[in-house]
Amino acid sequence: MSQQDVIKSRSMLLQKEMIARNYDKITSGEVKVSSTFVPGNLNELLMCFDIANNLPEINAIQNAMRKKSGEMIMEAERSGHSEDVCTYVKADIGMMAKGNIAPNGKPFPDPDVLLLSYTGCFTFLKWFELLREQYKCPTVMLQVPYSADGQPTKNHRDYIVKQLKEEVIPTLEKISGIKFDIDRLREYLRKSAKAEDDLVWMLEQSKRKPSPIDCYFGGVYYMGPIFTAFRGTDEAITYYQMLREEIQERIDKGLGVQTPEGEMGEEKYRLVVEGPPNWTSFREFWKMFHEAGAVVVASSYTKVGGVYDYDNFRHDPDHPLESLADYCLGVYTNRNLPTRVDMLARNIKEYEADGLLINSIKSCNSFSAGQLVLMREVEKLTGKPGAFVETDLVDPRYFSAANVKNRLESYFQMIDQKRRAGGSATTLA
Amino acid sequence: MRTFIGIDLGSTTTKAVLMDENQAVLGRGITNSRSNYDVAAAVCKQEAKIGARFTLFKNALGSGGGAEILLEDLERNFRLEQFLSELNQLEQTCENYLDHPRFKDMKSALREALGAVFRQIETEAPAIYAPEADRKSDFFRDIAGSRFMDIAERIGRESGISFESLLNIYDKSIIDVESLVHSDEVVSRQLMNGLSRALKELEGVEVSEADAQAALKKVIDLELEETYVVGTGYGRVRLPFPKEHIRSEILCHGLGAHMMFPGTRTVLDIGGQDTKGIQVDENGIVVNFQMNDRCAAGCGRYLGYIADEMKIGLHELGPIAMKATKTTRINSTCTVFAGAELRDRLALGENRADILAGLHRAIMLRAMSILSRSGGVTDQFTFTGGVAKNESAVNELRKLIRENYGELTINISDESIYTGALGGAAFAYRAV
Repeated sequence: MSQQDVIKSRSMLLQKEMIARNYDKITSGEVKVSSTFVPGNLNELLMCFDIANNLPEINAIQNAMRKKSGEMIMEAERSGHSEDVCTYVKADIGMMAKGNIAPNGKPFPDPDVLLLSYTGCFTFLKWFELLREQYKCPTVMLQVPYSADGQPTKNHRDYIVKQLKEEVIPTLEKISGIKFDIDRLREYLRKSAKAEDDLVWMLEQSKRKPSPIDCYFGGVYYMGPIFTAFRGTDEAITYYQMLREEIQERIDKGLGVQTPEGEMGEEKYRLVVEGPPNWTSFREFWKMFHEAGAVVVASSYTKVGGVYDYDNFRHDPDHPLESLADYCLGVYTNRNLPTRVDMLARNIKEYEADGLLINSIKSCNSFSAGQLVLMREVEKLTGKPGAFVETDLVDPRYFSAANVKNRLESYFQMIDQKRRAGGSATTLA
Repeated sequence: MRTFIGIDLGSTTTKAVLMDENQAVLGRGITNSRSNYDVAAAVCKQEAKIGARFTLFKNALGSGGGAEILLEDLERNFRLEQFLSELNQLEQTCENYLDHPRFKDMKSALREALGAVFRQIETEAPAIYAPEADRKSDFFRDIAGSRFMDIAERIGRESGISFESLLNIYDKSIIDVESLVHSDEVVSRQLMNGLSRALKELEGVEVSEADAQAALKKVIDLELEETYVVGTGYGRVRLPFPKEHIRSEILCHGLGAHMMFPGTRTVLDIGGQDTKGIQVDENGIVVNFQMNDRCAAGCGRYLGYIADEMKIGLHELGPIAMKATKTTRINSTCTVFAGAELRDRLALGENRADILAGLHRAIMLRAMSILSRSGGVTDQFTFTGGVAKNESAVNELRKLIRENYGELTINISDESIYTGALGGAAFAYRAV
C-alpha cells in the first residue's frame, strides 16, 4: 500500500491541517517563536504573549516519518555527537546543519526565546545548551522538581509558581513586549480543560471490547493537539469533539480498531505498552500488531506530555499558575518508578489487558532506565505476562524488523499458551 | 501410524523431530539450511522419517542375537546406498551441463574425465562408509565435494583438461542435486539395498536373511502419516503450511527443554542468530523471555566468526580452548571488536588456547546477562542449541552459574540441538 492509500479519518485530516498551519505561522516571520518541549509545556502561557510554539521533538518525529531523520542523525554524528546521544537531539542538530528547513519547505526562523520546562528528561538541559550556543537567544528555564516521592508536594508547586512569576513571565513579557494578563491565561486554560475532558473520554473508550481505538499507534495521533501548540485553542476543542464523534460512531457500529491499512479484524490481544514508538518504521511496527490482532488499549507514551486520566488532572482557570505547576510536575517521565508501576498495573486491570509490552528505546534514558524492574513489578501485581522489544526513536539503524517481529510473535504465542493452559496443570506425558 | 513432526528452520541447520502417538521420539533429522528453507525442511523431514524407520526396525528385531550389529551395519550401508544414489544423480547432472555451448569443443574429453572422477569416487565409497571410518561430515555436499576436488585436480592434470572447467560443472550441478529430496520409494529401495549389503558381510547375526528382510519390508510399508507438522525458527514463515502450524523458537525451546528434562525452569538457548533466556513453569509454558539486543554478539555466529578468523573449523574451537592453562580476559562481546582483541592478543604472543578460553567466557558472560534480564537462573537449568555441544562453552557456563546462582542442576542433552524441533513436535501433538 502506498503512502497515498493510507486510510485517514476526518480528525486526522484536520490535525494535518492544524500542524501545517502552525508550521506556516512559525515560518511566516510575522510572529515571535519559542522553542520548547512537549512534556509539560507551557503552551497557554506562550499564547498569552502571542508567541508561537516550535517543538524540536515534534520536528524530529516529522522528519523521521518522512524518512529524513537518518541523514540528519549522520550529519550530527559527523559534527561530533556520539552514537549514544538521544536521537531526537541529533535529528534536530542535523536538521539545523542541513539548513533548518521546516516540513513545509520553508526555513525555520531563529527562535526568539528558548523556554525549557525541564520535566524528567536530563537530556533536555544539554539539548537547550546546544540550542543556546547556536542561536545565542534568551533562554529561560523552568526547573520542575522530579516527583521522587510519587506525588507533587505543595512545596514543589510553590517553587514552580515562584519561578513562573519571577522568571518565566517577566522574560516572556520582555521578549514579546506584551504585558501578562492572567485573565487571558484563565480563558485559555478553560479551553484546555474542555478539550481535556474529551481526550480522557477518548482514552477510556478502549475499555470496551472490541476497543474502537488503538491507544498507542492511534494514540499518538489523538494526543497530538493536546500536547503541542494547540492546547488552549478553539481548534483543539473542535478537534477533540470531532474525534469523539468519530469514535462514538465506531462504537455504535460495533467496530474495532482502524489501521492505516483498514479495519483490523478480530481483536485477539489487548496490550498495555510502555515507551515511545519507533517513528522511522512506524507503519511496519504497527502492522506487526494489527496483523496479529493485537490492540494497544493503553500506553504510557500517550501520557508523556501530561497525565490526565490517572489522577484526573485538568487545567484549572481558577488556579492558573498552580495548575500549570501541577501539570508540569505530573507528566509521565517526571513520575517515580513506583507510580509508573501503579499506573501501568491499573491500566492492565481496568482495561482488561493481556499483559505489558515494553518498547525499550536505545537512546532514551529517561524512559528506559528501570524498565525491566518496572516490568517485573507489573507482572507481580497483575499476574499478566510482560515482554520486551528494543528499538529507537528516530534512528532508522535501530529497528531490526526480523528481531522485533520474532519477539512480538513469541509474546503473542506466549499469551495464547497461557490462555490455553488457563493456569491449570496440563502436563505432558 | 499417526506421527507428529516438529521442524526447526535455523539459520545454520534445519532440524526435524518425529514423534508417535505416545510422544516417543522415533526419528531425528538434520541438514544444513543452505539458502533454500523449503528444501532444507523437506530433507530433514525425510531424514527424521528414515530415523523413525530405523527405530521401528530396531523395535521389530528386539535385542540379542546380534541385532545391534545388524542395525549398525544396516545404517552404514544405507548411508552408502544413499551416497551412491546421490553420486549417480550428480554425475547425470554434470553430464547434462556438458551440452552447454561453451563446452562444445571439449565435450567428449570432459565426459571422459568426469567419468573417471566419478568411477574413482564410486570405488572409494565403501571405504568412506566402512566400519570405524572417520567422516568429517555427514552431508553429501561435504563428502562428495572434497573427493571431487582432489580427484578432479589430478585427473585434469593428467589429461590436460582444465581443473576450472571441471570445478565449474561440479559447482553448477551440486546445487541441483542438493535441492533434490528423495521420495519415499527411493528411500525404501535404498533401505532394502542397504540391508542386502549388510547381510552379505555380516557374521555372528542370528537373524535370518528372510526374517530381516520381512521385518524391514513391514517397517517400510508402514505409512508414517503426517498428522500435524509444526514449524519454528527464523525460516518458519517459509514452511508450506498455515499460520496456526507455526510457533516461535522461544516457545519451542521452552517446551522442548521441558520434554527432555521436566524439572526445567530456566532455559538458555544459544542459536546461530540469537541468544535467548527463557523461564518456564512446571508445564513447560513460557512465563518470560529475553533475547540479545540489537546485535548478534555472543551468538553461535560469533563462534563461527572467531573460527574463520583463526582459520580453523567451528568444531575445533572447543577442544582447543579446553587445553588452556589460563583464561585470557577478553572484554569485547562485540563480534568485530572481539576479532580485533583476538588479533591483538595473538600479536602479544599469548597462547591460542588461552585466548579461545577467554572468548568462550566472554560469550557466556553475555548469556548470563540475558539470563539475568529474563529473571535469573532457577533450578533446574537447561542449556540448549548447537553451542551446548561445545565443551569449553559449557565449562565456562557451569562456572558462571555456580558463581552467580550456586549449585543448581544443569541439564545438557546430547540431543540438545533438536530441542526446538522437539518442542515443535510436542506442539504438533497437542494441536490434535
